[in-house]
Amino acid sequence: MNGARHAPEAERTDFLAVLAKVCLVTFLTSLGIVVLYPLLWMALNGFKTNAEIFGNPFALPSGFGVANYISAWNQGIRNYIATSVIVTVGSAICTVLISAWTAYGLTRSKLPGKPFFVGIVLGGLMLSPTVAVIPLVRMMQDLGLYNTYWALIILYTAFRIPFTTFLIRAYMLGLPRDLDEAAIMDGASERQIFWKVTLPLCKPILVSCVILHVLFAWNEYLFAMIFTSGADLQTLPVGLTSIMAKHGTNYAVVFAAMTLSALPIVITFFAAQRFFIRGLAEGIGK
Amino acid sequence: MTVTTQKGDAIKTGLARPDRSQWDRLGPLSAILSFRWILVAFVLILWFVYYPIIDNFVVSTKNQDIFTGETSFVGLDNYRRLQGDPVVWTAIVNNTLYAVISVVFQVFGAFVLAALIEGLSEERWRRFWRAVYFVPSAISITVTGLLFYFIYQPDIGLLDSALTHIGLSDWSRAWLGEEQTAIYAIIAMSQWQGFGYSTLLFAIAIQKIPRELYDAAIMDGAGIWRRLWNITFPLTREMTGLMVIVTITGAFQVFNEVMVMTGGGPNNSSQVLGTWLYQQGFIENDFGYGAAIASVIFVITLMTGFAQLWYTKRRRVEL
Repeated sequence: MNGARHAPEAERTDFLAVLAKVCLVTFLTSLGIVVLYPLLWMALNGFKTNAEIFGNPFALPSGFGVANYISAWNQGIRNYIATSVIVTVGSAICTVLISAWTAYGLTRSKLPGKPFFVGIVLGGLMLSPTVAVIPLVRMMQDLGLYNTYWALIILYTAFRIPFTTFLIRAYMLGLPRDLDEAAIMDGASERQIFWKVTLPLCKPILVSCVILHVLFAWNEYLFAMIFTSGADLQTLPVGLTSIMAKHGTNYAVVFAAMTLSALPIVITFFAAQRFFIRGLAEGIGK
Repeated sequence: MTVTTQKGDAIKTGLARPDRSQWDRLGPLSAILSFRWILVAFVLILWFVYYPIIDNFVVSTKNQDIFTGETSFVGLDNYRRLQGDPVVWTAIVNNTLYAVISVVFQVFGAFVLAALIEGLSEERWRRFWRAVYFVPSAISITVTGLLFYFIYQPDIGLLDSALTHIGLSDWSRAWLGEEQTAIYAIIAMSQWQGFGYSTLLFAIAIQKIPRELYDAAIMDGAGIWRRLWNITFPLTREMTGLMVIVTITGAFQVFNEVMVMTGGGPNNSSQVLGTWLYQQGFIENDFGYGAAIASVIFVITLMTGFAQLWYTKRRRVEL
């Protein structure tokens, strides 16, 4: 097809291709440094003394003693992590279970008027926490839930049900119905079908939903700041700002505290990358 | 039924029929029973998501004090106050800047970056770069916000020090301390944090494009930009549209990073609607006015939300 290719021309294309490749790799690497260096700087500053932090910011710490990290851990990070774990795990279980029930009801049950109920759930996607926050303060105070774990668990669950239900429902719609039919034939009740047939089949999307919820709940700030005030009840993001306010002059400890709060989620990301990425792919729309 | 050699057959023919009819006999009762599946979710959604948003409009027509609890009906006064409040306009401008800059970097920039990464020949490296760029998105905005708060500091920060190293010391300044630069510094942090997330989503969309299209284009002598423009871009248009909407919605709900980095200062120059709502509703305890600001956010996000639903419906036809 291309007949006799002239040697100089081929060489020139090769040269251009190599040049393009070099440019591309240089660009990707520079961007990678811009992304990762600040994070490395944060972790390294946790090892420095305050005097070193005020010195050349690009310098390495003189030693890798973990004193600042221990100090940050004891000055609150431990409690904040405990609260964050309780709230994150509690709301993740509630959200995913309730959403799976709801998705089942909206796809498989004999519920009349399904489109109407689906509309209500999807409508919830458009309502943002910021808009609801002022009435919610009064409501939580009236319920006696203000400044408790429950306030956050309930709110994280309620505000994430629409999105999580949406994802699980889409997945359930794609599942074959043969197994349901067979189970009905065998005399299984709706409840049995849900637990024994549908839920196990939905495992991949459930894992993705749990991961997306953890990412949300671990990092959430607005509700966590407004609905908790005591140091015992603060989650990591809010606790960090308190550490900043209290020990703002001891920068090294603040850097260590920031690194400690970022670490669990970064480790989770690398450990469960595959599920993470699938979850994000399913959940476009945040 | 005679006893068959195969146990399974006997069970199927023996049990299926009576149970099937029993199931049907439940009829309307089972339809009502089906509500139990959605009951918990609907109680939670209606109570904690829908009701507060309706209540927000009621609160916005009143002036009440959180401590004394005194309430007086003021009609649309709070909304009239919005119009004359210069900070509200600053906030709307800042949210809009946030939206526009984020669309440029996190949608179009991320699209080009994803196409470049997916153009690499080795899967190993594609996966590596996607993961590297995504890392900041996994970290909470509070951490990245505080981190950049320090990076922008003139005394200990990286930025001014780096500018001095490359001979641009004239450019160095207290990025978050000056009215002209504060909001841009915050927006820049947000781009740093968020572009890897959208790059990953675009990469997933690009992976779905059949390779043969590119092979055919290469045969026809199309260069990399032609392929990008004529194949990759049109075939990921759905994703692009969705990302534009999601990014704009997010830009009008911004709160965390502004709160952590400047608290809206200096002199309210970096206020966004979310932080101004917090300032008015929770610091000044002016719930009514805070609720009126919330209504503005509601209207804007509702419009973008409808756009998103419309787009999602188009994308997932089976829904």
